[in-house]
Amino acid sequence: MTDAIKAEGLVKNFGKTAALAGADLAAPAGTVLGLLGPNGAGKTTAVRILTTLLLPDGGHATVGGYDVVRDAHQVRQLIGLTGQYASVDDGLSGTNNLIMIGRLLGLSRSAARARSAELLARFDLADAAARPVKTYSGGMRRRIDLAASLVGRPQVLFLDEPTTGLDPQARSDVWEMIRLLVADGVTVLLTTQYLDEADQLADDIVVIDHGRVIATGTPDELKAKVGGQVLEILPADLSRMGDVAAIVAGWTGVEPAVATGGRELMAQVPSAAILPGIVRQLDENGIELSEFSLRKSSLDEVFLTLTGHRADDMEKAEV
Amino acid sequence: MTAATLTPTGPARRLSPLTGLRNSLTLTWRSVLKIRTNSEDLLGLSLQPIMFLLLFTYVFGGAIEGGSTSKYLQYVLPGILVQTVLFATLGTGLMLNQDISAGIFDRFRSLPIARWAPLAGAIMGDVTRYVISVIVTLGFGMILGFRVKTNPFAAVGACLLVLAFALAMCWISALIGMLVKTPQGVQTFGFTAMFPIVFASGLLVPIQTMPGWLQAFAKANPMTLLAAACRGLMIGGPVGTYAWESMVWALGILVVFAPLAVRAYRRRT
Repeated sequence: MTDAIKAEGLVKNFGKTAALAGADLAAPAGTVLGLLGPNGAGKTTAVRILTTLLLPDGGHATVGGYDVVRDAHQVRQLIGLTGQYASVDDGLSGTNNLIMIGRLLGLSRSAARARSAELLARFDLADAAARPVKTYSGGMRRRIDLAASLVGRPQVLFLDEPTTGLDPQARSDVWEMIRLLVADGVTVLLTTQYLDEADQLADDIVVIDHGRVIATGTPDELKAKVGGQVLEILPADLSRMGDVAAIVAGWTGVEPAVATGGRELMAQVPSAAILPGIVRQLDENGIELSEFSLRKSSLDEVFLTLTGHRADDMEKAEV
Repeated sequence: MTAATLTPTGPARRLSPLTGLRNSLTLTWRSVLKIRTNSEDLLGLSLQPIMFLLLFTYVFGGAIEGGSTSKYLQYVLPGILVQTVLFATLGTGLMLNQDISAGIFDRFRSLPIARWAPLAGAIMGDVTRYVISVIVTLGFGMILGFRVKTNPFAAVGACLLVLAFALAMCWISALIGMLVKTPQGVQTFGFTAMFPIVFASGLLVPIQTMPGWLQAFAKANPMTLLAAACRGLMIGGPVGTYAWESMVWALGILVVFAPLAVRAYRRRT
């Protein structure tokens, strides 16, 4: 399979800050690549370079086989872009926004009108079609942005934080629409700060932090990389927490973390094979458990392990 | 990705100039549509010349033209025409700035259209705003008692002269729109730059009573030339040199500021 998006050693500096410090990306045609990282990691800069809005200071990139610098005009014929910065005109109605883009892409007046109506219906905006976009809710706004990027039937779609700031219902609506596009064979590059979003949508994930790629892989590979699975133990008698921790540490070799206000114990386990041993030893020591569970590491933990800080912390720092 | 794909034979290598022109016309349509749907802008555009006409005619008129407001109206209307359209050019920079901050230009730049089309479309669309300004100023002036003393063709010529000048001035506005970060900044900066140009000129009063240094500035001010040409065309008097010189100014402004604005546009977006 050929790569619809390929970037090698992308560098971009803004003054003394390095927004990208040699990033490599690749998305095979028809797949979803999730670009995951906290605010300021360089995600948007990467998207802006790949969509020809920004020239890289170093490295090179191709989209659909065309160089984003040398063949920018060809690249623009293949892509669609949705992001906080590539916006629609909120003074115009939904219909007129889409007609305008259709006309700019060379559609005839009637074809542009038909395409506009088709997309508005598909994105559940037909009722609001004649209203100025500034009267739209946040979710409707994202949907019209998404529709605007699809007028030209792009082969490669860039979605820069498509659900940031949306409520859960609106988010899952947008996710559903992205899944439909992927089913049509569109290659998608999706940036997000939401780990569950990347987990839900992406075939491959690239984690970036401070302009560098710090990990790549499928969501499952990334989770496995960090120690596979997490054991959670809730002793019935909280005074025995110390004993539980000592027993678990004996099996995993690492002092487990205590969470949920000192009531729950969490430990990365390399393999489920050690569980019977832990259970037996707890039982031998007369420790009763109110909860004992094993789950896959979440991407949150992946992120923490890879970057040394939680994704949430960054979001909070931003506010 | 079947029958309706836009580029069935693979993406085109180049953009023809004709496509660029068509892109510009589509974006002109957008600008005009925005003017039509933005009733606030339309109202402001109409009220401003009405306010200036009323204020200048009735506040200053009596004091300036020996007590005759109607005589002053004849004198000041061509000046206010120039001033109104000049102020209207600020809207060009303002809209460009808003489009850039809102990310609309980024959307345009991600599309396979001519790089200059968004700029050209915005400016061509703004001609509509200038024409509205001219019609309101002239129409309301006539209600107040202004009369064209030459002939309708000369009066239309005056309007065209003003519009041609506005088409040059709007590039300065476009440049400000690119260089200043916020729409508010464009407004503040633009008006601060406009006021001395408007007032230190022969737009509103004859320049003879100004101190020598100011007279020198006012004489060289292209607004003075443009207003004098319009007066000549609308109420009679010399036209030739004034019209000619003001158009040389317009051309000069265009030659200097259009490339600067285009360069700033490339950088900013």
